[in-house]
Amino acid sequence: MTRSAVRTAPGSLVREAAGRLAGGGSGTVFALLVLIFAVVFALNPSFAEPPSLLAFVKKAAPLVILAVGQYLVIVSGELDLSVGSLVGAQVVIAAALIDGEPDRTVPVVLLMIAFGAVVGLVNGLVTTVLRVPSIITTLGTMLVLYGAIRLWTGGAPTGALSEAFRQPGRGGIEDLPVIGQLPWALLILLAVGAAAIVLMRLPYGRMLVATGDNDTAARFSGVRVWRVRTVAFVLSSLLATVAGILIGGYAGVTAQVGDGLEFMAITAVVLGGVVLGGGRGTVVAAMAGALTVEALFTLFNQLSLPSTIQPTVQGLIIIAAVGYAARERTRRSPRSAEPQSPQPDTPMEPSRDGSR
Amino acid sequence: MRIPRALLVSGAAMSLLLTACTTDVPDDDDAAAAGPAPDQEWFDPEEFERQLAQREITPEGPEDQPWLQAIEPEMVDTGEYRLEGEEAEAPTVCFSNASVSNPWRVTGWITMQQQVEVLQDSGEIGEFRVSDAADDDNQQISDIQAFVDAGDCAAIIISPSTTATLTPAVEAACESGAPVIVFDRGVDTDCAVTFIHPIGGYAFGADAAEFLVEELEPGSTVLALRILPGVDVLEHRWAAAQQVFGESDLEILGHEFTEGDGAQIKDLVTQYLQRGDVDGIWMDAGDGAVAALEAFEDSGRPYPVISGEDELSFMRKWQEEDITAIAPVYSNFQWRTPVLAATRILNGEEVPEEWVLPQEPVTAADLDDYLERNADMPSLHYAKFGGEDLPGFPEAWQDR
Repeated sequence: MTRSAVRTAPGSLVREAAGRLAGGGSGTVFALLVLIFAVVFALNPSFAEPPSLLAFVKKAAPLVILAVGQYLVIVSGELDLSVGSLVGAQVVIAAALIDGEPDRTVPVVLLMIAFGAVVGLVNGLVTTVLRVPSIITTLGTMLVLYGAIRLWTGGAPTGALSEAFRQPGRGGIEDLPVIGQLPWALLILLAVGAAAIVLMRLPYGRMLVATGDNDTAARFSGVRVWRVRTVAFVLSSLLATVAGILIGGYAGVTAQVGDGLEFMAITAVVLGGVVLGGGRGTVVAAMAGALTVEALFTLFNQLSLPSTIQPTVQGLIIIAAVGYAARERTRRSPRSAEPQSPQPDTPMEPSRDGSR
Repeated sequence: MRIPRALLVSGAAMSLLLTACTTDVPDDDDAAAAGPAPDQEWFDPEEFERQLAQREITPEGPEDQPWLQAIEPEMVDTGEYRLEGEEAEAPTVCFSNASVSNPWRVTGWITMQQQVEVLQDSGEIGEFRVSDAADDDNQQISDIQAFVDAGDCAAIIISPSTTATLTPAVEAACESGAPVIVFDRGVDTDCAVTFIHPIGGYAFGADAAEFLVEELEPGSTVLALRILPGVDVLEHRWAAAQQVFGESDLEILGHEFTEGDGAQIKDLVTQYLQRGDVDGIWMDAGDGAVAALEAFEDSGRPYPVISGEDELSFMRKWQEEDITAIAPVYSNFQWRTPVLAATRILNGEEVPEEWVLPQEPVTAADLDDYLERNADMPSLHYAKFGGEDLPGFPEAWQDR
């Protein structure tokens, strides 16, 4: 988005730089992230040591990657509920097909990528060509994948992952001074993040946001909306596949793997200030949202709160974040003198609804 | 414009933090409860004592067929259900299953089907009609009603999804006149001819906790990992552990719910290790025990003393790494007993009114033996599944 260019006041230079870095991202989520980490460090100084932080990143990486995929779909005005099931399916498929044989690792990973792409393509085409609302399409895909895996495995995963398969999620460059292990998961995360930032700066990224903002206008300006959205779904499923590889590597196969991850990812994206319905928010803020969700759960753990509180908190975050965004928009809308956001680094914008 | 927004942001952050702080208070009590006094809601001292005593009682019945053994059985006459003449030829047996939604139930379900095959071959059972409620109480109530309405079930076997909700459905099945057999989880009625189950959750939890108390030095720290709150068999395990730990000198760091998800287990254990030492791990079900052990590996710490379950991935890790461990068992072979009970009842033979099956943990002494017997089985298989003598072994359990 171009709105950051209108700011020139000296006091906002730093913020503008940060805004540019984030492609116009949200300040709120970064503030929250810093705050949560400050509290965690205060509670438990050992968490600030590099090995602990890297362990945190290793755990958080799959969700951040899922959030990137979910961001691409959400910013284009759709939703992808199938990613949690897809992660679960990919891990179960990997375990069953690899079955402990190291030689099968690479072919199975390639197969998983192909499977991920097909799932994304189906989600995308059903949504854009058949015009089924994406919440229904991906809910259907979620159930189909969940059911198919249960049917195939009889309810319990079989097989085993090879050590090589587990490396990306569990291993890293070992025996480094100070930090100990530099996890592969961090490097993969950085690569995915960088690629996503670049993608959002390319014409495709701008078309994606334009589509989410107002798909009719985008269509009139020559964007092939169906293609742009379908690609977003494919990317989301491919990133879910990457997340599945990392999660399977991190913790191995259990029957529950992937359960509820779609809502974690949506929570992360919304917390990052990305507006449900599309057109607003940055990918960096979505990634920060994922880190914030993970950090929040870490904080709860440090406070010895029961993990059963997590769903409630997730719900509150979604309501609070969406409510906050809506409030910002309604509050600002009567002031026609301020059509532009005075803070370029916030995701909240005057409503795209033409009636306001 | 900018100030109220900043206020809003900090307000939101503060309220999040405050929510965290307010809920912290009851949890402090909760953490304290991890110490001496178990939650009264889930702790029945009489039943606790009874189960602990039952562990020591030698069960009656054939030693090599634990699924036919019973602890202190009180036999009931089943003469009224005896089938004669044409009716006795290959009677239809109906089974309402709560679900096959976890590896333990899948393993048991396979064992049951193989046992049914044997009984069908010998003509003791004809059709074996099954409905699976997929953990849905309403579905299971209508499944049972459908069996009753069909009117041709010679016997009805029920593995209830939950206790209270399924009670009226079980009563309706009893009223149909067919003998009813309940197994695994109980219901609040004794109208069933027999209720089949292993000793129970208190014995499971105590087996694990006593082992930790025995193996750890006084003052050592223990982390408890649980799956879900509010499920009776799991709550009993934890209540028993609280009782045992309360009388020991171990320090309980906390108890966490993990939903059996390996990633959550690993993350939680990693965080506890960042805070300090963890000497022992107590689990209410050992599905994710390997993930807990890997957290120690990845943090470069020595393995803890741990209680898992007789699930093979854990037992294999235990053997490979020579860990100090125990595998409490919730006897999976209990899935064989209901169909055998059905044939006995239909023959008019007496059966125990409450059929308590033995429930012995796997210890270091018999670890190798059980691993050898299950060498070709997948990792989410349960060592004490008791199907080695059934046709289809081992393929039926491998190709699940």
